[in-house]
Amino acid sequence: MPEITYREALRQTLRYQLQTNDRVFLMGEDIGGYGGSYAVTKGLLEEFGDRRVRDTPIAESVVVGAGIGAAMAGLKPMVELMTINFSLLAIDQIVNNASKLHYMSNGQVNVPIVIRMAGGAGSQLGAQHSHSLEGWYAHVPGLKVVVPSTPYDAKGLLMTAFDDENPIIFIEHTALYTMKGEVPDEPYRVPFGKADVMREGNDATLIAYSGSVQQSYRAAQDLAQEGIECEVLNLRTLRPLDVDAVIASVRKTNRAIVVEDDWEFGGFGGEIAAIIQERAFDDLDAPVLRCSGADVPMPYAHDLEQAALPQEADIVRLVKSLV
Amino acid sequence: MISEVVMPQMGADMTEGTILHWRKQEGEPVERGEIIAEIETDKANVEIEAFEGGVFRKTLASEGDVIPVGGVIAIIASADDDISKYTNGAGAKPAAAASKMAPASSSGGVAVAPPQAPTPAVNAPPPPSNGDRQRVSPVARRLADEMGVDLRGVRGTGPDGRVIRRDIEAAAGQRPAQAAPPPSSAAPAPRPASAAPQPAGMSRMRQAIARRMSQSKREAPHYYLLVDIDMTDAMAFRAQANASLPAEDRISVNDLIVKACAFALRAYPAFNVTIEGEQQTRHDEQHVCIAIALDDGLIAPAVLDAGTKPLSQIARETKDLVARAKGGSLRPDEITAGTFCVTNLGAYGIETLIGIIQPPQTAILGVGSVMSQAAVRDGAIVVREMMKVALSADHRVTDGAQGAQFLAEIKRLLEQPLLLVL
Repeated sequence: MPEITYREALRQTLRYQLQTNDRVFLMGEDIGGYGGSYAVTKGLLEEFGDRRVRDTPIAESVVVGAGIGAAMAGLKPMVELMTINFSLLAIDQIVNNASKLHYMSNGQVNVPIVIRMAGGAGSQLGAQHSHSLEGWYAHVPGLKVVVPSTPYDAKGLLMTAFDDENPIIFIEHTALYTMKGEVPDEPYRVPFGKADVMREGNDATLIAYSGSVQQSYRAAQDLAQEGIECEVLNLRTLRPLDVDAVIASVRKTNRAIVVEDDWEFGGFGGEIAAIIQERAFDDLDAPVLRCSGADVPMPYAHDLEQAALPQEADIVRLVKSLV
Repeated sequence: MISEVVMPQMGADMTEGTILHWRKQEGEPVERGEIIAEIETDKANVEIEAFEGGVFRKTLASEGDVIPVGGVIAIIASADDDISKYTNGAGAKPAAAASKMAPASSSGGVAVAPPQAPTPAVNAPPPPSNGDRQRVSPVARRLADEMGVDLRGVRGTGPDGRVIRRDIEAAAGQRPAQAAPPPSSAAPAPRPASAAPQPAGMSRMRQAIARRMSQSKREAPHYYLLVDIDMTDAMAFRAQANASLPAEDRISVNDLIVKACAFALRAYPAFNVTIEGEQQTRHDEQHVCIAIALDDGLIAPAVLDAGTKPLSQIARETKDLVARAKGGSLRPDEITAGTFCVTNLGAYGIETLIGIIQPPQTAILGVGSVMSQAAVRDGAIVVREMMKVALSADHRVTDGAQGAQFLAEIKRLLEQPLLLVL
């Protein structure tokens, strides 16, 4: 099986969609002539032309709003927002329009839009450009939130996103674009709401998504050297959330740690912890912990930024505190 | 005013005394200083007198009873004082009096030297753990309940001394050894030692067996079907297979039976049912339990999903289950997931074993020895390897005719053992 990067895996799905579905078009800042700020759409303008691959002004609310209108009118737009940080300028369109029109029109219209954006930190982009806000979107009924953590998942989840008739918030991670992994050439789908058990273990469950999956996996390998076997659960989507997989794993290991780049206070990890104690209280051997980002605006200095993000060593330390 | 009369301490080494004779009857008036009883100590007989006047309301021990020092033996009070708290345990026995015994410090209603500090004879249960609340994880608490483990005896090995799953599993494995002593064991024996058998508390495991077997016989109307199975071909098949298998994969007769049951359950899923109250659950997987004898009881863990496992795997897993059952390290799902049970006393030369269904399961197969016996085949008497099995099934869920078909299928599979590897 070919090894390709996360960004190339995404591009394969975009190309397949442009080739096979006339309703599909792409829209975003610098996605055409420049090839996208993370080079995901590189080459697509040349291949499909500027009717299908459209560069837009720097006006995120307008771009998303136009995409919502196109989706309501029957097209299948993919809107790229350069990063999740800039999605804040479009959040009114996303939360007040995209997520609600199906409900408020009593099902007369729906909004089958795919909104891609890059999230996460770790590249010294400073406090304003290093957000992990996936929990904000997962909070809103009417949105689906997809958080791929491998090239394989990126290609297959994006394929599923294009099949969906609902607004999809597809959040990539800036640190993963160059990650390589085995990806089949042919198109395939990874279903929403089905977590992936990346590693089996009996001592504790590490629940992770997006950038935190790789760290959790490496921490689990380290811990295995010391005889502690962690199960690593890659959520793949936050909405829908694979509650069954979470609970099944906790029933098996009796301990859980949610690992996320996001701030801990009011974050998505708290939601998972709450679900676990509601549904699996009698299966717990220890409190559910969170390994999250520090409660500060992201520092610019490299060592401070690393200190503010959950690291393998933090995961190892927390697991050891539980067993 | 209520005044408790306690067993006095006559000398530092006295720990108990015997009531020889009551001088007062219940309801009689009593003056301060009057003699109310005679007691016997190791050294002498002593009269004890009332420390307060009033009515001699209640005796809490009978003549001949041995009472620890400080134990309340009688109540002197006004005629209208409420002494109901002393009368609930009417006719208090020595042990009861002992356990009720307060430190008996100030108001001992007896004009002898007031009792000193309480003695070691006191038999109050110890507090959970040195006054600090015992930490128990939720799963440990649940498992302790399910497995009948008394948490008070379990030492936690988790962070901050928390009792966690492994502690309960370890404790459950040693249950016979750490059976809690009966509560009265520290009380002095009331009479000289004799050969009379002494009642003793049951181990946790025996308690669990008692509870579940009683529940089964109380709630599940058992019906029983017995059949002879010709194991000649199965024994030959087994010998042939084992000749080429490594030791850990070698197949026992019981493994063949487990496999045959799993296949038969697939064909007759009505016997792969568990029942809770009025609800029955039909299971897709056949988790076949095997009853394993332990030093003080037995346990029946399941070979999980036996229907999909080849014989050699069933053989390996069964050996592992037996080893871990004896070592006390079975996993909870192995203990609770079973949907059917095989109980086999063939190794003891037993001809017929009729089992009791393990709730919430609804059927069990009892297996006897494989024995060379005379059988009639085509009009001639020949020697065949015969085995008797007995199906016990729950009439709430299945009927005899179904049981007969199910049993016939087990028989068919064991008499044509190649079917077990197809």
